[in-house]
Amino acid sequence: MRVRNTALVAALSSLALLTGCGAADMTKQASPFANAQGAKTVTLSVQSWVGAQANVAVAQYILEHELGYRVDTVQVDEVPAWDALSQGRVDALLEDWGHPEQEQRYVKDKKTIAPGGELGVTGHIGWFVPTYLAKQHPDITNWKNLNKYSHLFRTPESGDKGQLMDGSPSYVTNDKALVKNLKLDYQVVFAGSEAAQITQMRQFAKEKKPFLTYWYTPQWLFKKVPMTEVKLPPYKEGCDADPEKVACAYPHTPLQKYLNSGFAKNGGKAAAFLKKFKWTTEDQNEVSLMIADKKMTPEEAAKKWVDSHRSTWKKWLS
Amino acid sequence: MATITASPPRIGLPGLLRHPAVRKLLLLALAAAILVPLADARWASGAWPSALTVDFSEPLAKASDWIIDNRDSHPLFLYFFGHVSNVVVIAVRAVYLTLLAIGWAGVTALGALVAWRVAGVRLALGTAVAFLACGLLGMWVPTMQTLALMVVAVVASVVVGMLLGLAAGLSDRMDRVLRPVLDTMQVLPAFAYLLPVVLVFGIGVPAAVLATVIYAAPPMARLTSLGLRGADKEVLEAVESLGSTARQRLLTARLPLARKELLLGVNQTIMMALSMAVIAAVIGAGGLGDRVYQALASVDVGAALAAGIPIVLLAVVLDRVTGAAGEKLGAEPEPRSGLGWLLALVGVVAVAVAGRFAGRLDWPEAWIVGIAEPVNRAVDWMTAHLYSGVPVIGGTADWAGHFTTWVLDPVRGGLQWLPWWSVLLIVAALAWVIGTWRTALTAVLAMAAIGVLGVWQPSLDTLSQVLAAVAVTLVVGFATGIAAARSDRLERLLRPVLDVFQTMPQFVYLIPVVALFGVGRAPAVAAAIVYALPAVVRITTQGLRQVDPAALEASGSLGATSWQQLKQVQLPLARPALLLAVNQGLVLVLAVVVIGGLVGGGALGYDVVFGLAQGDLATGLVAGAAIVCLGLMLDRVTQPTERRAKKGA
Repeated sequence: MRVRNTALVAALSSLALLTGCGAADMTKQASPFANAQGAKTVTLSVQSWVGAQANVAVAQYILEHELGYRVDTVQVDEVPAWDALSQGRVDALLEDWGHPEQEQRYVKDKKTIAPGGELGVTGHIGWFVPTYLAKQHPDITNWKNLNKYSHLFRTPESGDKGQLMDGSPSYVTNDKALVKNLKLDYQVVFAGSEAAQITQMRQFAKEKKPFLTYWYTPQWLFKKVPMTEVKLPPYKEGCDADPEKVACAYPHTPLQKYLNSGFAKNGGKAAAFLKKFKWTTEDQNEVSLMIADKKMTPEEAAKKWVDSHRSTWKKWLS
Repeated sequence: MATITASPPRIGLPGLLRHPAVRKLLLLALAAAILVPLADARWASGAWPSALTVDFSEPLAKASDWIIDNRDSHPLFLYFFGHVSNVVVIAVRAVYLTLLAIGWAGVTALGALVAWRVAGVRLALGTAVAFLACGLLGMWVPTMQTLALMVVAVVASVVVGMLLGLAAGLSDRMDRVLRPVLDTMQVLPAFAYLLPVVLVFGIGVPAAVLATVIYAAPPMARLTSLGLRGADKEVLEAVESLGSTARQRLLTARLPLARKELLLGVNQTIMMALSMAVIAAVIGAGGLGDRVYQALASVDVGAALAAGIPIVLLAVVLDRVTGAAGEKLGAEPEPRSGLGWLLALVGVVAVAVAGRFAGRLDWPEAWIVGIAEPVNRAVDWMTAHLYSGVPVIGGTADWAGHFTTWVLDPVRGGLQWLPWWSVLLIVAALAWVIGTWRTALTAVLAMAAIGVLGVWQPSLDTLSQVLAAVAVTLVVGFATGIAAARSDRLERLLRPVLDVFQTMPQFVYLIPVVALFGVGRAPAVAAAIVYALPAVVRITTQGLRQVDPAALEASGSLGATSWQQLKQVQLPLARPALLLAVNQGLVLVLAVVVIGGLVGGGALGYDVVFGLAQGDLATGLVAGAAIVCLGLMLDRVTQPTERRAKKGA
């Protein structure tokens, strides 16, 4: 017993010695790798999809080359990114697909996060079939006819139902409820990550096989695998309020930027620039395609875009 | 004290009944005959009755809200977690800046010279080559970030592990209390506790280090305790007779006697910590793991591999060097070893200073070799040609499809069709026949806990995948292991392959696995097999090789063919090793269930990832707890009576 207590006391007191004894501010901790050269630093959060990478790559390139900042990036899913933003671990989230709960908590109640304006890109989630399939069966693009074709979409994973492929667990989805409430003869199969979903879609497309998938625009993959959206019952404000009873399409969401409120106030040129950053779906896709399909590094892709779109980004700096 | 296990009472019974397994089963049947109708009448059969579940989502959601609301003001955070977090950041930063200041040449020289002093010339060369390869792949800075993080995490794990191990080694009560805690720390998938850690520390390095410590400290604790308990009784008595106090005995006799175990503990801790490098990147740890994870987002296997290789190299080098240090411990110290260390130190300083003056601290851009493109081309070729339409044997997609419909579906269907009480009965029977009534009780309680948590169906889904994966792993693993045990050349050839399989971050082969097998449970099983196979092969080979050569010779002189020798001598004698292989196979397969969730495995793995991605503490933690229970159950069911002293090793 005695030995154990001594060890415990020793451990605690050494911890106290190491840290000093005052209060520690948990909101003021940057990455230990940041700022190694002693420059002004901005930390951006990157989400797992390529569009988000494209935003960050271009913002990073301009911050570094035009404004003289050092930029750190942290890869993190949207919901944890909100949390990180409120704590000041990251300074900005450039592409948010709508998280009312988080908005209420951090923007309205705690005021630790400030809206950073629109990204300029409108996001839309939906169900898609490859265009080669839509050409074969033009009526497949309406949900009412999906049951007629469910046999086309069978896979070992979905058994005797059709497979509706969903993606990463970090995405907003009502698909399970939709399948149930629209009485569709389909089984939702979760690919588990966007990488897995894209890989599978490309394999299907290579063989011109039919598939039905949850997918979203803007997305670079449309350039490689042309897809057509399946019409779902139209979206009306509030029709997705009860997650169990959803029976309508997904909305069109103007994507938003958010900044840590301290950074928004005191972030100087970097914050001003990030607030003005606004581009189009085409711009984003151009960069995304370079990263994801041509396998350029995000930095090379950003450089190429920046070099050829001077007039667009000059406005962000004024 | 804790090693005493109750044995069933020995009552003289006639004939068949004298066999203990039969007696146990009879007893169980009797109990079932009374209990099952009762349970059936009360809660009906089929899946786990909802009356017996407890919903944890409300309290967990409240806990998560409380943390978010009090993080910036509550003393617990201001005066404890805040400091822990600061210390970690400062320490990692200090190591990182030091590594950068020494420069790539200095770091390489330092690594090589330490390896030379500790493990000899060959490993020194290997270490230097490994570091240079990290640079050549264009991963120098991320490698240094990972290294800095690892240094701090390993030191913290070793300290925490030793403290826990001391407690467990010196007190039987603490040992009993700590054992399930350590089990949980290791089996709970890291993804499940990433979220609570992130809630407290926020994303970034402190959370990553803490998550790593949770995972990497248990082997250190286990081996420390084992070392203390294993100390030679006679030496201890001799020391005691000299009138020393308890503390003196600990410091002068028990700890030094346990140094082999301690060093093995450090070795294991390093390996476990490195295997967390990528998972820690999910919460913003940066470094190599982050590169792997980011490469996933753009479906770029080549880039992921370029970042994965340095992790493998670091792991192999550190494993070999600490392993060699352990082997040298018992030997006499070399004469003039002080001089050697001095020489080494001077060498490092010279190289570092030279690098500094040459202005070559950063790895030169021109020396970077891009491997991403050729790798991607190779993967594309592979998937294009193997996925489907291969003559005669069919493509990998067809195999995956058949595996899903012929193996996975029936097993899952069968398990989910079984009434809940019969699952408990089967678990009890298996565990009791192989182990004791205690292990049986633990196994049944673990299985029941899954029901209570309300995840009965997904857990059985996961269980079916685990069983299928383990079956394949064992067939392939035993065959390979037997072959390797019979041919030295094959074993030498296999070793690097197994190293790579074991240390390559699973995220790297996620995409190839999907590209070959499609989305679903089949790729999840494939990923698990890749991960669990090396351990099974190694244990089998080692077990077979350790069979007493005298027994082999004897059978050989009796004219047994080599096949007969294998079947009648080697395999029976290696039975304990083979059982251990089964056990490890199960544990390791279970460890990648979460990775399976990322490629369409669904069930518990998906829930855990979902919990983290959506900040949903309840879903993630409950699924994680269910995985722990499954692990506990499977471990007990496959673990013969003697307690596993070496688990964790």
